[in-house]
Amino acid sequence: MSNVVSALNGVSQSGIALVEETGLRGMITVRGDLASKPMAKALKDVLGASVPEQRQIASGEKGAVAWMSPDELLVICDHGAAEDIIASLNAALAGEHVLVVNVSDARAVFKVSGECAREVIAKLAPVDLAPGAFEPGMMRRTRFAQVAAAFWMNDDGSFEIICFRSVARYVFDLLCVASVDGSEVGFFN
Amino acid sequence: MLTLQCPYCGVWAEETELHAEGEAHLKRFGPGSEDEAFEGYLFMRENPKGVHFERWRHSNGCGKFFHAARSTTTLEVFGTYSAQTLEPPQEIKDKISAKYPGWSWREFA
Ligand SMILES: [Zn+2]
Repeated sequence: MSNVVSALNGVSQSGIALVEETGLRGMITVRGDLASKPMAKALKDVLGASVPEQRQIASGEKGAVAWMSPDELLVICDHGAAEDIIASLNAALAGEHVLVVNVSDARAVFKVSGECAREVIAKLAPVDLAPGAFEPGMMRRTRFAQVAAAFWMNDDGSFEIICFRSVARYVFDLLCVASVDGSEVGFFN
Repeated sequence: MLTLQCPYCGVWAEETELHAEGEAHLKRFGPGSEDEAFEGYLFMRENPKGVHFERWRHSNGCGKFFHAARSTTTLEVFGTYSAQTLEPPQEIKDKISAKYPGWSWREFA
């Protein structure tokens, strides 16, 4: 089997925030009726997660489940576990009108951490990032400058950003410029 | 800056997260229809000074199409609503009537 690598080989830069490409990550798009009982049972049985509320991300033992749209979820898991999870989800949802597809290698994942993480994200996305308006457990699909991206906030205050692999370098460069030393705005402090 | 609330994901999205998708509530006339009706469907669009109904797509977001009612002169937004409907909801029509009594747009008033 060929050697699987992430888009930017784990590149990182430290400025007012630490920007890292997090490496390989499993991602599975699930489309279907999010309100259905089989969907809730499948997520619980396979991942140990509940169906996330609108614009939330729910965590389970085997992965997190992010709300992407009224009929779409994104499962975030270990890269190596994706195929097994897909098989289990398909088995659990047999007979249902659903789509379960591995999108892991179509994406890149970045992490922005540090005291100014909020500010770095706020410089790039048209989203209210004021404390209280955006908090851990929230998921937001939006744009970063000129490309589509989505991000969520972890309990430790760091952000993880997903984008298409083809624009990984662009997004990394954006994050680096937004977090360059001396560029604090201090808007949220 | 125009800000619309996406009825599908609830986000108050500013214009750069959205894509304008033309006039709302177009009725399709396809093969077998009168030439005039087909021409109207393809080319004839409202261009009002005031109350207008549009389709938008939350393209940098949940990806869904939705409808918006707004004024082209003041940029005030009367509301956004589902794409799965053939006419504006009564509640939005009432809101427009309160501000612009006697308004009309295509067959709606
Ligand atoms: Zn939306």
